[in-house]
Amino acid sequence: MSAAGVETADTTTQPPSSPGGFDTRTLVRPAVIAALLLFVVLALPSILSTYYVDAMIQVAIWSIVALGLGLLVGRVGLVSLGQAAVLALGAWVAARILFATSLPYPLVLLAAGLITMVLGTLVGLPALRLSGLYLALITLMLAGAITVVLATTNFPNGGHGFLGYNGSAVHIPQIRRPSIANTDTAFLRYSVIVAALMFLLVLAHVRTRPGRAWAAIRQSESAALAAGINTTLYKLWAFALASFVTGVAGGLLAGSSRYLYSYDFTTQESITLLAVVLMGGIFSLWGAIIAGLLLQLLPQLLNSWGVSPDWLTILFGIGVLQVLLTAPAGLVDQVPKDLARLGRLLRGLARRVAPAGGRSP
Amino acid sequence: MIEVTGLSVRFGGVTPLDDMNVSFAEGTCGLIGPNGAGKTTFFNVLSGFVRPVAGTVRAFDQDLLGMAHFRRARWGLRRTFQTEQAIEQLSVFDNVAMVHEHSKVGAASRRKDVLDAISFVGLDLDPQLRVGTLGAGERRLVEVARAVVGRPRVVLLDEPAAGLPDQETERMGEVIRQIPEHTGALTILVDHDMGLVSSCCEKTAVLDFGKLIASGPTAEVLRDERVIRAYLGTESVL
Repeated sequence: MSAAGVETADTTTQPPSSPGGFDTRTLVRPAVIAALLLFVVLALPSILSTYYVDAMIQVAIWSIVALGLGLLVGRVGLVSLGQAAVLALGAWVAARILFATSLPYPLVLLAAGLITMVLGTLVGLPALRLSGLYLALITLMLAGAITVVLATTNFPNGGHGFLGYNGSAVHIPQIRRPSIANTDTAFLRYSVIVAALMFLLVLAHVRTRPGRAWAAIRQSESAALAAGINTTLYKLWAFALASFVTGVAGGLLAGSSRYLYSYDFTTQESITLLAVVLMGGIFSLWGAIIAGLLLQLLPQLLNSWGVSPDWLTILFGIGVLQVLLTAPAGLVDQVPKDLARLGRLLRGLARRVAPAGGRSP
Repeated sequence: MIEVTGLSVRFGGVTPLDDMNVSFAEGTCGLIGPNGAGKTTFFNVLSGFVRPVAGTVRAFDQDLLGMAHFRRARWGLRRTFQTEQAIEQLSVFDNVAMVHEHSKVGAASRRKDVLDAISFVGLDLDPQLRVGTLGAGERRLVEVARAVVGRPRVVLLDEPAAGLPDQETERMGEVIRQIPEHTGALTILVDHDMGLVSSCCEKTAVLDFGKLIASGPTAEVLRDERVIRAYLGTESVL
């Protein structure tokens, strides 16, 4: 595939439709998104308390993870229950590189992304033969295996070798952060920018040739093959891209926690992640951000209100049921619809009341 | 020109295609037969979804069965499906562009070619509309647009008018009749609507229980006693 091919594919997706819709769609939406991003990067970190800055860093990281899983489930129809383990791989690789080298942080993130991409694509190999429940089971098993390996070997904490584990625990060095983002607020800004880049990367795929191929594969593999799509290649591509962004998220996680070996990557977390990604909405990239908020901000909110976060497991369970039964496109689709419905209802009520009082000029 | 020799397909104890020998010349050819005669299986062999146990298929002097399934589209093989498979999540434009970008035609003319294909099938709508919002007839036309874009050499239409009301079947017939001239592709039409087949195809082949029982000019074939018996039962209804 030539670079020119991608470029043309990009331009062809521009809506050539009615001039009215053209302007509002192509200008207002990016402007709103840019304004939102600027607010989150510039203003939000200085408004929030340390407690919520921490939470928002995790939201940015887990939004990237949700983005990767949403891509697999929503765009290609591949259910993976091993994403938390892939995140752990990324974090491990990043932590090891951060301890062993003095490479700049962006390069470390890139390396963590690329190495995780290779490993994650291996995890995706069964997807070429399996789908649905069986693929979910296989990825769940692999996630379990990775969790066991992590539990027995421990995360690198500055010692020597690839394992880098120093058992003496007298002086444990911190995982370093980017020099420009050493404080928590700066690291939040850094994480949000990295997350935005990952979203752009995925958007560039979804809007062009691979996105079309994935949509075809998701609905019907025969139709995809009949259209000349190499389904094997594009499925692996999806796993590679999802693993890459998850690996980068792992790199951020390493810097955010500073002591990774205190972090659990349980299989339970992969399952909760899938539930929350479904709740957020798998057909829109916004759904990934909602998933990140549900997963990382909501527990902190509940905590500060004195409600046990254990309730979340129940809430997410009900949420998934609700999504599967009534709103397959998730909250990102349902909330605006329900708000519009509520608006119409209120307007209808107002109109019914209006004739009585509204006649006088 | 497609030449099929000794083609057999077996699924366990069932033999949907049994030593089939047939050739399809330029233009639009019909392929008919009762349910279960092996028409769709034949298409699936051509598409590479089903591997035959014996036989060869030569299309324009190339061994079609030796090609990987997804490469056949690049070579110029196109098809529609009995249960229509236009991709709901994509726009009309993207549905067609998806085929074009995996064909041999370069990206430079993509936009024009795709819009041409959409207007060729007579779809008068905003190409950016999502296919999920279209009706059955329009979705079938999107599938046909996908089949004619990007220099096809062989177009397989598997019951393109199934479930469509008479008026839309007529519209579909008009499109099908123009495919060979518009694209230069050899077109094979499978359908149960004899009106559609006779109006579109000069020649027709008839399958019954996986065997070719007749082949020739459509009008003659439809009068053939064996065909009437196979297709409609023992009593003549025509």
